[in-house]
Parts: sequence; structure tokens; C-alpha cells
Amino acid sequence: MHFGLKKKLFTAAVALGFALAMPVAGMAGDTIKLGVAGAHSGDLASYGLPTIKAAELVVAKYNAKGGINGKKVELLIEDDVCSPEVATNTATKLITDGVDVVIGHICSGATKAAMPIYKSANILVMSPSATSDDLTEYPNFFRTIAPNAAQAPAMADFAMNDLGFTKIAIIHDKGDYGKPLAEGAKKRVEESGKAEVVLFEGITPKGMDYSAIVQKIKRSGAEVVIFGGYHPEASKIVTIMKKKRLKVKFVSDDGVKDDTFIKVAGAAAEGVYAAGPQDNSSSTMASAAKAEHKKVYKKDPGAFFDGAYSAATALLNAIEKAGSTDMAAVIKVLHSEDVETPIGMIHFDEKGDAVGARYSMYVVKDGQYVVVQ
Amino acid sequence: MDYFIELLFSGLTKGSIYGLIALGYTMVYGIIGLINFAHGEIYMIGAFTSFIVATVLSIYGFPLLAIIVIAGVAAAVWSSAYGYTVEKVAYRPLRHAPRLSPLISAIGMSIFLQNYVLLAQTSDFLPFPALIPEFDFMEPVAHIVGSSDLVILITTAVSMLALTFLIKFTKIGKAMRATAQDRTMAVLVGINVDRVISATFIIGSALAAIGGMLIASHIGQINFYIGFLAGIKAFTAAVLGGIGSIPGAVLGSMVLGLTEAFATGYVSSDYEDVFAFSLLVLILIFKPSGLLGKAETKKV
Repeated sequence: MHFGLKKKLFTAAVALGFALAMPVAGMAGDTIKLGVAGAHSGDLASYGLPTIKAAELVVAKYNAKGGINGKKVELLIEDDVCSPEVATNTATKLITDGVDVVIGHICSGATKAAMPIYKSANILVMSPSATSDDLTEYPNFFRTIAPNAAQAPAMADFAMNDLGFTKIAIIHDKGDYGKPLAEGAKKRVEESGKAEVVLFEGITPKGMDYSAIVQKIKRSGAEVVIFGGYHPEASKIVTIMKKKRLKVKFVSDDGVKDDTFIKVAGAAAEGVYAAGPQDNSSSTMASAAKAEHKKVYKKDPGAFFDGAYSAATALLNAIEKAGSTDMAAVIKVLHSEDVETPIGMIHFDEKGDAVGARYSMYVVKDGQYVVVQ
Repeated sequence: MDYFIELLFSGLTKGSIYGLIALGYTMVYGIIGLINFAHGEIYMIGAFTSFIVATVLSIYGFPLLAIIVIAGVAAAVWSSAYGYTVEKVAYRPLRHAPRLSPLISAIGMSIFLQNYVLLAQTSDFLPFPALIPEFDFMEPVAHIVGSSDLVILITTAVSMLALTFLIKFTKIGKAMRATAQDRTMAVLVGINVDRVISATFIIGSALAAIGGMLIASHIGQINFYIGFLAGIKAFTAAVLGGIGSIPGAVLGSMVLGLTEAFATGYVSSDYEDVFAFSLLVLILIFKPSGLLGKAETKKV
């Protein structure tokens, strides 16, 4: 009995100790706090982690020359696992920690969930990857990637004009990201009148076996599949297509333009087309950023690195020019002044979209994504 | 007609995938009346173990058949060790507690194992090697039923028959049935109930591990979360077939798989789950104990 009580007291003391240890970080004095929020673990971590690296590189550069207007830049990194439920907590945590501006989030669904919280706290958010169209309704939302509204027609046009197909099956994962893309592509195909949508369906995400839908694609007589969604489902579908000896081209989005897709789908990935953020290999700043990443982290940067590097550069540049972290002042600079970034000289339109950001089409060739010429 | 047959085999493949996992669920429930939510995680651990073993062996250039056998055995042994430990740590201390306590403990174990693999291994999707080769004799029908589909179908059928045989005709099977009927009475006639329950978990886990290896090889990718989703579907299938019944688990899985495939094929994959779960509700309204389940009589 006595022992039991002692044990309980000890546990309570340990718990209290943990609780007290938490809030110390992020309280330190006069710095500019740059939040980085996104998928840093879980299925889609490979989309979010490169953004941290990009932010670290840009921040290190600014801090090396003495910070911004005499203030050092500090990073606050928070994981949202690409989940809308977690993203609201992530946003609240960042705001409580006194964040000034945020780079993120990575997934459209998570960003959508977090935006109202940032809006009520007057925090500016810039995403390197969230493409959902209705995010632009938030005046504090900016992005360095072209929106779905641009991606969906790019996929559809590619299938119809470049590949020359007339029978198109469109499927999606029913999510915030994939479904609007699929709908956009469908609209484009129907309006153009050049091709016919022979199948339009949503699949259950995280399913164990997609052979029924693959058989349905076969029956529809489609020459090409346009898929709106992420790589885990895409790799399962292309694997089954190969197993069922179905030789239909597969065109997808930047949720599939990731090396994990090639790694998992293996031989079935060959010849898959995917839209992705524009090819920046001719930009000197993009090459410099890539070289820097290689020097510091000993490997090539991952998905959305250029966009994230651009977002960090644009944000810090705007704060420097505005002379404060006041949202209205920073937004004014973002709208009016061009800044040089890996994705080119950019400024932002009233909707918060980077002017000049666009999509390129890539194809898997010998286990790598290369730009379609 | 071709289309119907294609869908039929899609459904059977899907059903046998669910069935392979559902067998373990239903067996544990049948013997000790516990829904072992950690079963899906044991399946996932089996897939990971066989992934690691197969990768290492293929580096050393072992032939494919040897890789399958060694990886399968290793996965079965390793997963059994987990199943045995989970039972000992999380369920045995709660054996006389109210029914809800072991259920919560099972859910906790499931979350614990998921996060343990997430931290100890990786959160990424890993490419699982194709352990089942493309058989030449299957080539003419490969567009309808692939080699790995066939292997899974056969494995599920064989496992079902072997388990039924084990429970009906062997000594340990007899002890299992006695334990299921009345645990106190079984103790009184000299059955080591603890050992019988451990054996149940070991057999169920070994089965889940073999399933994990074959299914992962069929799908081609694994991550720490596969067990949870597979577990939910397999659990549904086991309930549909009548939880506690071995042939029922496979029948329920087939019904679930076929419903999903035909709903996708003839209606829309948007409504795949709607149809599957509507069917579940309907069957449970008219036959509350599932397709092959026995109505539970209260012991007085």
C-alpha cells in the first residue's frame, strides 16, 4: 500500500517534470520566427522534409550576413502528418510559439484546415506545394506552385495534344487534392471536343487491391488514364495494370511525381507521365540551391525543394524590404516587387499565386523522371 | 461474359486476401471470445520480417524458392513470438476482467505496435520484392488471374482446410474446443488452458505472417500502416461470415471481396464501400450471428 503510493507520487513527479520541460523552447528574445509546417513523418513525409532543408539553407544564408534588419531568423518546425485534424493543432502551436510567417503546409487538405486559424491570427502563409483552387479565398495565403486550375488542363492537354489520344479514362482518390484535379481535367477534355471521357470514377484510397477498377478501365476502351491523387495509390494501380497486361498510358499529377513512386512501382513505373512543378534546370539560382543542398546534406534535394526555397527567399526578402513582419506591409511587397528565386523572377497576384509558376510534364525513363521535350 | 469472369476473379483475389487475415481473427475469437485488434499489426510485422529476410537473402544470391521458404518461416516464427508475447503481456493479466478491458488493451497494443514499427523501421513505403514469379502456364489467362492471385487463393483454401482439420481432429484442437465451450470446466478436466490459448495465438500469428508475405508480394509495397486497414476489412469479413467460425471467415471474406469487385465493375468504385457495408448491415439484420455463425446461447 505504502509502496503503491510512493510509486504514484514518483510517476506524478515525472509527468510534471515533462510538462514543465516543454514550453522553454521558442521563448527567446528578438528574432524573426519562420514557421515550417507540413508532412514531416507518415506516408507523405517525402513531400514535406525537403521544405525544411530549403528553409534551413535560406535562413542560414540570411543569418550569415547578420540576419534581417539586425534580427536573426529562427525556424519553428512543426509536423502535420498531412492530416487536416493534426494541421489545426500544428497551426495553433506555431501561433502560440509566436511565429511571424509560415512556410507550408504541404498537403492541400491540411492547408485548408489550418488557414482559418492563421487568418484569425494575421499570420501570412506561403505553401510550396498546396495546389487546391479554393485556398486563394484566404487573403493571407500565397504559394510558389501553380494551382490545380493550371495543373488539370496541363494534364488533359498533354494527353490529348501531345500524346494524341481520344479516349480518356479519368480516376481520382476522392480527396481534396485528387478529385478537383480529375474534375478539372474532365472539364478540359469535354470543352475541347477533341477527346471523349470514357470513364470517370473515384477509388477508395489505401485499398488493398485495385484489380476491379483496372478491369473496368480495360473494358472502357480507354487509351490513357488520367489519375488525380497521390503516389501510394498510383503505384498500386500501375502495378496491377502491368500484371493484367493492360497497355494503357498513365498520366498523373505532381502527387505522383516523386521518386518514392518509381522506387515502389519499379518496372511498372516506366513510361508513366506526371505533371510537376516546372523544370528549373536552366535557372542558375536553382542549380546553385541544388549544389548547396548537396554540399550541406550530401544528397540531392527532394520534391518541392525549388518551390520551398523560393518561398523562403520571397518571404524573407519581403520582410526585409517591408522593414517589419507586419502582415499588410509584407503582402504589399509580395504583390509589387519582383524577387529572384529558383523558379524565376516572381511576384504574386491578388490571389496569392506566384506569377510565372507553371507545370512541366515528366516521364519515367530508366528509373528516373525526365522532362518530356 | 469475359468482363464478368474478370470481375469474379478480382473479387475472389480480394476475398482471399481478406480471408487469409480473417482466419486469425476468427480463431482467436472462437477460442477466447476476444477481438484481437493487434492481429492486423502481427500481419504487418510478418510482412516486414519477410521483407527484411528476403532482401538480405537476395543480396547473397539465394534461389527464389529458398528465399520464399526461409522468409516465410522466419516471418512465421518472428510473428508468432510477437503474438505469444502480446497475449502474455496484454491479454492474460486481464483474463478475468470485464470484457471491455481486454478489448481496449487490444486496441492499445495495435497502436503501440504500429508506432513501434514506424519508429524502428520507417514511415516510407517500401518496395516489396515480387516473391511469386510469373508462371509460364498462367500466361494465357494472366489478364484475368495472375500467378500471385492464384497462390493467394490456394493458400487461403489450404489454410482454411488445415485449420478446420486441426480443430476438429487433433488433440490440441479438442483442447481448444473444450476451452471455447467452458474454460473453468476445461481446467477441471486437466487441460492447461493457458497453454491452449498461447497455442491459438501462435498458430493465428504464423498464419498472419504467411499472409503478410504473400499479400505484400502481391501488392508490391508495405508500410507501417497496412495492418490497420487490412485488419478492419478482415474483421468485417469475419463478422459477416460469423465470427468464431473458420469456414465462415473465408466465406465472409469472399462475399465482401466479390461485392466490392462487382460494385466497382457494374456500378461505380465510388460506392464500393457503401455496397460492402450495406450488405454487412443487411446480413446482420437477418442473421445477427453472421452467415455461418452459431447463435450464442447464454451460459447460466
